Amino acid sequence: MKFNTLTLSQAVEKLKAKAISHAELYHDIYEAIAEKNGELNIYLSIDDDALKKAQKLLDTPLAGIPIAVKDNFLTSGLPVTAATKLLEGYVPHYESTVTKKLKEAGGVVLGKTNTDAWAHGASTETSDFGTTKNPRNTKYSPGGSSGGSAASVAANLCVAAIGTETAGSIRQPASWCGVVGLKPTYGRVSRYGVIAMASSTDSPGPIGKTVEDCAMIFNHIAGKDPFDGTTVPKPVPDYTNNLKKGVKGMKMGICYMDHPKITGTDVAHAIEKAGKVFEELGAHVDIVPMSRVLQPGKVFIPDYAIGVYTVVQRSEVSSNLARYDGIRYGNDRSIFSHEAQNRIMLGTFTLTKGYADRYYVHAQQVRTLYRKNYSNLFTTYDLLLSTPSPGYALPIGASSGDPLFGELQDILVEPSSLAGITGISIPCWIDAKTNLTLGLNIMADQWQEEKVLQAAYAFEQATDWNPWVKS
Amino acid sequence: MKGSTFSSSDVVKIAKLANIPVSNDQADELARGFTKTMTVVDELTRVDVAGVEATNQVTGLENVLREDEIDTSRMFTAEQALAGAKRTHNGFFIVDQILEEKV
Repeated sequence: MKFNTLTLSQAVEKLKAKAISHAELYHDIYEAIAEKNGELNIYLSIDDDALKKAQKLLDTPLAGIPIAVKDNFLTSGLPVTAATKLLEGYVPHYESTVTKKLKEAGGVVLGKTNTDAWAHGASTETSDFGTTKNPRNTKYSPGGSSGGSAASVAANLCVAAIGTETAGSIRQPASWCGVVGLKPTYGRVSRYGVIAMASSTDSPGPIGKTVEDCAMIFNHIAGKDPFDGTTVPKPVPDYTNNLKKGVKGMKMGICYMDHPKITGTDVAHAIEKAGKVFEELGAHVDIVPMSRVLQPGKVFIPDYAIGVYTVVQRSEVSSNLARYDGIRYGNDRSIFSHEAQNRIMLGTFTLTKGYADRYYVHAQQVRTLYRKNYSNLFTTYDLLLSTPSPGYALPIGASSGDPLFGELQDILVEPSSLAGITGISIPCWIDAKTNLTLGLNIMADQWQEEKVLQAAYAFEQATDWNPWVKS
Repeated sequence: MKGSTFSSSDVVKIAKLANIPVSNDQADELARGFTKTMTVVDELTRVDVAGVEATNQVTGLENVLREDEIDTSRMFTAEQALAGAKRTHNGFFIVDQILEEKV
């Protein structure tokens, strides 16, 4: 057996029991990277000293396991590019809170993973350093923007990974690569030291082989951070505590089954079957009808979230990316590639005097309707079920030339991102012909990650879709 | 611009505001992309938001403050601050001139 295929919980257990050594674990991981990274294009940089660091960490909670981190987290001493040529050569002098906390818990940053440039996209195809390929089938995209992180987990080129999600960027690549991705509640995980994209929705989170692995990572990165004023001072439970409590008595609502992008597709079939699994496990499962106007007991049509997200994201991008002036670090603004130019300029327009009310404020009002919709639905349901992506991974090249590719791909998660609620993607289907996967998106109200993880764990144990879970 | 149709001269104006140099070819391509994108955004006008408050944040936090104290553990040395800059002079950043003498 190759040790790079171990899950996080298995690796920690075996290291602590001295059943395997750090040298053996890292040997197999570096070997797998040498073999596959050339083709898959997952890592933008690798820390060659990772093993040495790991060997000192046996007595820590994460015992020195190697973690792949999306290249938009500042990592002291390791280059950070956000997959852009504009930041090529930049080595930061401070550390993001997420990677700092991981290191304190005994995690080792093994390397930095490819993403869409500035995390602008849903395929990694906007990366200035080439696209990442889906390890399940290399003709296909891994999704994005955290596509490198999801692919690193899928290909066993790390033990676990970290991504960020603004609207779908953890859950959609997790879905396309057949791994587990947790998008936390906005404000649960610090954004300090993450290259800012859309500040009102950016949510860092774990991507792992199993639900338990995600819970173990999440335990160490969640919580108030004095360096990020939008993190919330709520207590952080041990997210592994309730994992095995099951779903008996939970009320779940399946959303978007009557959406034209879903009805009659493999996704609809997979979600319906997932609903049956939960019913057999003792949950009460309803289909929630969709509505074109806001109505109690119905899920508000997600299509308007495309426009809301586009305006909010572009506006926040234009403001956040104003800092890249080439004075303190990086190259000047002539180096921005097409997608970043497009987003910065459109956001500049939507915030311009005379247009800000018509676009930005109006979009934020529609955003309120989505929040109200979730508040209403969560008075009835513990959890809402859907999918992060309307289908399987798309072929490499599918995003080319479409200024709204990501927005259209992420239509089914944009409402939840705009409302700041939490959700997880877990594998719920494999297409035998292409080996591609579909994801089940389990969502709960703000701060309810425990419930999401509990249900995801129950599903994972009751089904055979996750190859890392031994039944 | 008319409605949501963007011309390349609209794009050039926005490019100036955004401080992004664009070529004529890029401006044409961006104009087409903006038109397509804003057509989708304009769908939002169908949503009745009369009396609905705008969502500017979702955490409900208010007045998050800290003591106005220097945190020396987070201070860069001059060398660290300058380490990423391509243009420096005697321990300072070099910036382009933005002010001109009145003639």
